[in-house]
Amino acid sequence: MDKLLNLLDRNARLSNAQLAAMLGRTEAEVEAQIAELEKNGVIRAYKAVIDWDKTNREYVTAIIELHVTPKKDSGFEGIAEEIMKFREVESISLMSGGYDFSIVVNARTFRDVAEFVAKRLSPLDSVVSTATHFVLRRYKENNVIFLDDDRDERGEL
Amino acid sequence: MQYESLLNKTLVDMKPSGIRRFFDLAHEMEDVISLSVGEPDFTTPWHIREVGIKTLERGKTWYSPNAGFIELRSAISRYIERRFGVHYEAKTDVLVTVGGSEAIDLCMRSLINPGDEVLVPSPSFVCYGPLASMAGGVPVTLETKAEDHFRLTPETLKAAITPKTKLLILPFPNNPTGAVMRREHLEAIADVLRDTDIMVLSDEIYSELTYHDEGPISFAAIDGMQERTLLVSGFSKAYAMTGWRLGYVCGPTPIMGQIVKLHQYGIMSAPTTAQYAAIEAMDNGDDDVVHMRADYDQRRRLIVSELNNMGLTCFDPQGAFYVFPSIQSTGMTSEEFCVSLLQEKHVAVVPGTAFGDCGEGFVRISYCYSIKHIIEAMRRMREFLAERGLLKEGE
Repeated sequence: MDKLLNLLDRNARLSNAQLAAMLGRTEAEVEAQIAELEKNGVIRAYKAVIDWDKTNREYVTAIIELHVTPKKDSGFEGIAEEIMKFREVESISLMSGGYDFSIVVNARTFRDVAEFVAKRLSPLDSVVSTATHFVLRRYKENNVIFLDDDRDERGEL
Repeated sequence: MQYESLLNKTLVDMKPSGIRRFFDLAHEMEDVISLSVGEPDFTTPWHIREVGIKTLERGKTWYSPNAGFIELRSAISRYIERRFGVHYEAKTDVLVTVGGSEAIDLCMRSLINPGDEVLVPSPSFVCYGPLASMAGGVPVTLETKAEDHFRLTPETLKAAITPKTKLLILPFPNNPTGAVMRREHLEAIADVLRDTDIMVLSDEIYSELTYHDEGPISFAAIDGMQERTLLVSGFSKAYAMTGWRLGYVCGPTPIMGQIVKLHQYGIMSAPTTAQYAAIEAMDNGDDDVVHMRADYDQRRRLIVSELNNMGLTCFDPQGAFYVFPSIQSTGMTSEEFCVSLLQEKHVAVVPGTAFGDCGEGFVRISYCYSIKHIIEAMRRMREFLAERGLLKEGE
């Protein structure tokens, strides 16, 4: 199972036939295992890793550190659920250390992020403070290195 | 000056390596997807590199003892003992060399007298015949066949033995075919050799890259064979350390004493930095090997399945990192196939004939490449066959 997940983690576009060949299983077995993993929520989605800087999309990404006061009834969970519903929020994680939540926010412009923080995030009851950091450049994401110089130096004379 | 007449005649008559010639062609083109190199795509594991760097920082830049650092020879001896159950005395039976290649050259030059015959299974790596010739020997080709999964059979061996036979090369797991000799096959070879004085150079450089459950068996581990075996191996393939140039040879004490002399005069000692790094590889590199082997194994299965699906049949190669499919169904020679594939689809694979005449009808495909790279190359090869009407219905 782990081998299958590791392969999909690296390349979700491998066909069931290819996966089956690599794992020494039948296509039907692989198909059933993937269906099971999807059903159990182990596999949540299949996505492409995109280097948006190579497109003409105008966008900005910010990482926001959030201090909160846990809710009486639902603790951190309830706050996370509230925040994850915002369209701008790409990811939210509960952290150890100096702050409580780390949020990755995508928006079109710097101003959009500022408005999101000022008008939607900060006003939430449980939010004590925020610190917003803008991403300047991406070098590696989801284990994929964003460099074009991948020349194979082997076999040269 | 008439250089031709000044040069060594055997050398001048020697053909250049057919692999390199093909690399030349590929490098003249743009957008080439290559499946042609014979070295890992992994870089040397970091903890191994780090040891090399640290010893340089500490100024450990002198010659090592001629035979190699005793710490490394001991590590090699321990490794062979735990992996293959064969004992070599670190002080007297182990020599650290500049890659497996130097070890092969040393063995040939130490054993061969003019006119001695050297049995070389074919297809195999390109160096054995030329090095045997330079040592004054006469290379004799032992043809291995696809129907035997390119293993050396006892019948072929027996038929080639003459009173002049000095040395048998056992290049398994094999480059270019990926063939391995299981215990039963090695035992059959041993039975033929048992009552002779024929020595064996067992080139086990790919032994860590063996994919069947039995795992690698050293020829020296076969009953009674250690006394006639020179076991050659190295760090290049197993630990992704090709550029460090480090190998070794182990053998019977009286022979090793002579081989060390030759190494001492010709080379002095193997690279010091590489030796320190290799100690780390031997002592703490087992997990890296397991991880890399598992990765190669997945690519191997993928590429074998893709090739068989497109009608380029190949047996299940259980060693090294090559597959050796038959291209006979295309009606082309190996050379024609490779040149056309390169020109039309910009995919580089190596003609089987680069590894001996009996490689005709086959090509060597390396899977030291990422899955993405392999899939794209397979797609192009399938297209190449389709355009010639060579893909069967439904494929």
